[in-house]
Amino acid sequence: MEKFSISLIVFTVFWGLIGIVLPFLIPKGPHRRLIQTMLALTSACCWLFWLCFYLHQWKPLFGPQISSVDARALKVLWGQDL
Amino acid sequence: MTLCQLFLQPDAAYSCISELGELGIVQFRDLNPNVNSFQRKYVNEVRRCEEMERKLRFLETEIKKDELPIYDPEDNPDAPKPREMIDLEATFEKLDHELKEINTNADALLRNFNELTELKHNLTMTQGFFDDAEMAFTPAHNRNQRDSDDDQVQLLYEYSMISHNKLGFITGVVPRERMVAFERMLWRVCRGNVFLRQAEIPELIEDPVSGEKLHKTVFVVFFQGEQLKNRVQKICEGFRANIYPCPENPHERRELAMGVMTRLEDLTVVLSQTQDHRQRVLAATSRNLRTWQIKVKKIKAIYHTMNMFNNDVARKCLIAECWAPVSELDRIQLALRKGSEASGGGTVSSVLNRMVTREQPPTHHKLNKFTQGFQNLVDAYGVATYREINPMPFVLITFPFLFAVMFGDAGHGILVTIFALWMVLKERSLKDKWRNQEVWTIFFGGRYIILLMGIFSIYTGIIYNDVFSKSLNIFGSSWRVRFGDDTLAKHDSVMLEPTPYNYTRSGDYRQMFSGTPYPIGLDPVWQLADNKITYTNSVKMKFAIIIGITQMGFGLFLSLWNHLHFNHRHAIYLEFLPQIIFLACIFFYLIILIFYKWTSFDGSKATDAPSLLIHLINMILFSYKTDPPSAAVFYTGQKQFQTFLILLAVLCVPWMLLGKPIYRIVMNKRRANRGVVLDADVRDTDTEDMLDDEHSHQQHHQHEVEMSEVWVEQGIHTIEYFLGCISHTASYLRLWALSLAHAQLSEVLWHMILHLGLSMNGYGGAIASFFVFMPWSSLTVFILLLMEGLSAFLHALRLHWVEFQSKFYKGEGYPFVPFSFRLLLDEAPVEA
Repeated sequence: MEKFSISLIVFTVFWGLIGIVLPFLIPKGPHRRLIQTMLALTSACCWLFWLCFYLHQWKPLFGPQISSVDARALKVLWGQDL
Repeated sequence: MTLCQLFLQPDAAYSCISELGELGIVQFRDLNPNVNSFQRKYVNEVRRCEEMERKLRFLETEIKKDELPIYDPEDNPDAPKPREMIDLEATFEKLDHELKEINTNADALLRNFNELTELKHNLTMTQGFFDDAEMAFTPAHNRNQRDSDDDQVQLLYEYSMISHNKLGFITGVVPRERMVAFERMLWRVCRGNVFLRQAEIPELIEDPVSGEKLHKTVFVVFFQGEQLKNRVQKICEGFRANIYPCPENPHERRELAMGVMTRLEDLTVVLSQTQDHRQRVLAATSRNLRTWQIKVKKIKAIYHTMNMFNNDVARKCLIAECWAPVSELDRIQLALRKGSEASGGGTVSSVLNRMVTREQPPTHHKLNKFTQGFQNLVDAYGVATYREINPMPFVLITFPFLFAVMFGDAGHGILVTIFALWMVLKERSLKDKWRNQEVWTIFFGGRYIILLMGIFSIYTGIIYNDVFSKSLNIFGSSWRVRFGDDTLAKHDSVMLEPTPYNYTRSGDYRQMFSGTPYPIGLDPVWQLADNKITYTNSVKMKFAIIIGITQMGFGLFLSLWNHLHFNHRHAIYLEFLPQIIFLACIFFYLIILIFYKWTSFDGSKATDAPSLLIHLINMILFSYKTDPPSAAVFYTGQKQFQTFLILLAVLCVPWMLLGKPIYRIVMNKRRANRGVVLDADVRDTDTEDMLDDEHSHQQHHQHEVEMSEVWVEQGIHTIEYFLGCISHTASYLRLWALSLAHAQLSEVLWHMILHLGLSMNGYGGAIASFFVFMPWSSLTVFILLLMEGLSAFLHALRLHWVEFQSKFYKGEGYPFVPFSFRLLLDEAPVEA
C-alpha cells in the first residue's frame, strides 16, 4: 500500500506544481493568461491520463498470458524476486 | 469594437490612409456599394497604378530572362506621397521605353549580323568555285589532269569565254536538309539546263529570319537566259534559300569580302556593347524593383480604400466609416494627426467620431504567430460570434492532447517533434521558400500545432509504453514468472496470477504480481502477452469515456461563462442547469463507477466484477437482475440511488424544452403591458448600445420574435443536446479505436519487416538488416506518420468541432479584416 502511494504522491505533486503553483509565478505580460491556461490544462490532461493507467494496473482482474518459451526466458532474466 | 466615422480633408486623406495602412487595425466599410468600379472617384489613379504594375511586370520578365538576381529589401518602404507617384510613373515610362528600344535594336543588329555571316560564307565558297575556273584557264594544268571535275570547269570556262554575257549565275545559301530536294527540283524544272555547285558550311550558323542555328550549304547555279533565271529564282524563294549578290569580277569580290569582314567586326563590337548596356540597365532596375513593386501596391491599396469613401461636397471633406477596436482608438487618433501634419495641413485636422449602431461588429482576436494556427483551426468551422468565448486557448492544449492519445507512440512522436522543431527554428529562412507548393505551406503554417502534437505524442507514447511497437523496461516490471519448470514444459502458454496475496486458502498459491503498479505507464510485460489487446482495450476505452465526459462538462461550464458575460440570467437556470444535471446524473455517475471498479475489485473477485456497460443499460431500463454476477448489484442502495438519478435526468428534458419558451411568453406579455419600450432587451446589454438612425433597417427584432420559431428552435436544441450527450460520449471511443489501429500497424511493420532482418545471424543478418531498413522506414513515414497522423488530426479536429464546441459555441460572427499593408504584402504570392 505504501509503495502504491509513493508514485501517486510524486506524480500528483509534480503535475500539481506545474498546473497550480507555476501559473502564479508567470511574470506579468501580454501572454500571462494564455500561458496560465496552457499550464493548467496540460497538467490536468497529463495527470488524468497517467492516473487512469496507474489505477487500472493497481488491481488487475487477469494476468498476462505468456508463451512458455518467453516465460522461461523471463524467469531467468527477471529472476524470482518481486 | 466600435463603428467610427472619419472626416478627412481631401488633401490630407491620402497620407492619413497611408498612416492607417501602416498601423493596420481598422476595417473600412464600403460606403458606395452600388457604384460601378468605373464610376468611382479615384478610378483614374487606380488605372495609373495598374499601368505602372504592368510596366514593372515587363521589367521583371526581362530581368528574369537574363537571370539577374533581384534584390529583396529588408523592411518595407513607406507608401510614397502623391507627387512621388508622378515621378515613379516617369521613371517607369523611361525604363520601359529604353528597354524596348534596346530590344528592337538588338534584334535588328542580330539579323544583320547573321545575314552578313551568310554572305561571308557565300563569298568564301564561291571564291573557291571561281578559283577553280581560273586555275583551269592555265593550259598546262588543263592538258595534264583529266578528271571529270576539271572537265566540267574547263567546259564551263570555255563556254563562258564564248558567251560571257549570257551565262548568268545565282549564289545563295540554303539549309542543308533541303539541299537534295532543291537540287532535284532544279533539275526537273530547268530540264537539266542548269549547272549547280555546292559546298557545305562546316559550322552552325543562325538563320536571320527564324533565329535558329542550322547547317547550311552554299550553292551556285549557272544558267543561260532570262526564263531559266526566273525559274531558278522562284525555286530559291520556294526553298527559302537566301540569295546573295556576287560580283563576277574577282577584284570586286575580294573588296566585297573585305568589306564584309570589317562590317562583321564592327557589328560584333556593337552587339556586345548593346548587351552590356542592357545588362547595366537591368542591373540598376533589379536593385529597386521590389521596392517599387511594394510602393505601387501600397498606392493602389490606398486609392482602392479611398474609393470606398463618401465624398461630401457640401462640407468639402471625405467621410469614411470603419470598424476599430476600442482599445486602439488612441493610436488611430495619433495616426490621423501624423497624416494630417505630413500632408502639410496646418488647417483643420481629420476628425474621428464614434458612432453607435445595433449592427453586429466583426470579431477580432489578438493573435501572434503561435496562436494564429490554432485560431485558424477553430475559425475553419465558424468565426466566433462577437464577444463570445473563444475556444482557441483551450483547443491549443486539448487538440494536440487528443491527437496524441490516438497517435501514442514515443518513437513516432520523436520523429514528428524533430520535423516540427526544424520548421520552427528555421522559421525565418523557410518562410518564403516554396511558396507555390501548397502542401508545404499547409505544413509550415501549422508548425506550432505539429510541434505540440509531437511533444504530447512522446508523453502518451511513454504512458502506452510504445516505442516503435516495443516497450521500455526502466523501472522493473511488477510481474514475475513463478511457475515451476514442469508446468512450463507441459503447457504452451501460461497466464500469470494477478492477485498479490493468498486468497486460495490452499498451499499452491504463488504471488506473481507485486501489488504495486508500474510507476509510469503500462507494464512492459504486456508487450509479450497474447492478451495484451484485451487488457489495453479496457483501460483505453475507460480513459476515452472519462476524458470525453470531462471535455463535454468543460464545454458546458464555458457556456455558463458565456451566459454570465451576456447577462442572460434566465439561460443559466433554464438551459445550463438542466444540461449539467443530466450530464452529471448519468455520465459523471458513470465516471464514479469506473473509479470505484478500479479501486475495489481485484483478481480474487474477477468473476464478480461488474460490467459497467451492462449496469448502465440496466440503469436506464430499470431492470435489476441478479443472474450473471457481472450484472448483479454491487453496492447497497444501488437500485434506489440509480432510480433517483434517472428520474432526475428525465425531469431535465421538459425543464429545458419548456423553460425558455415559457420565459419568452412571460416576457412578451410583460412588455406588451408596459407598452412599446425603447430600451434594450435583456439579451443585448452591450454598454455602447444606442439607436442609430441610419442602420435602423438592421435592428434586431428580438422583442417581436415569433413564438412558433422559439418553440421549434428550443425543441431542436433539446433533442440535439440530450441525444448528443449519449452519442457524443460514444463518439469519444474513437480515441481508443485509433490508438489500437496505430499500435497494431506499428507492430505489423515490426514483425513482418524489420524483424526479418534483425532475427538473422552473422554477416548475412547485418546485410539483411541494412536492406530491410528501407521498406520499414518508408512505410513508417508514409503510413504511420503521414496517413495515421492525418487521420488522428482529422478525428481530433472533429471531436473538437462537434462534441466539444456544440456545448457552448455559436460561431455566427464574421472576421475582422483590417486594412493593413503588412497583410496585403504577405498575401501576395511571390512570382517565383
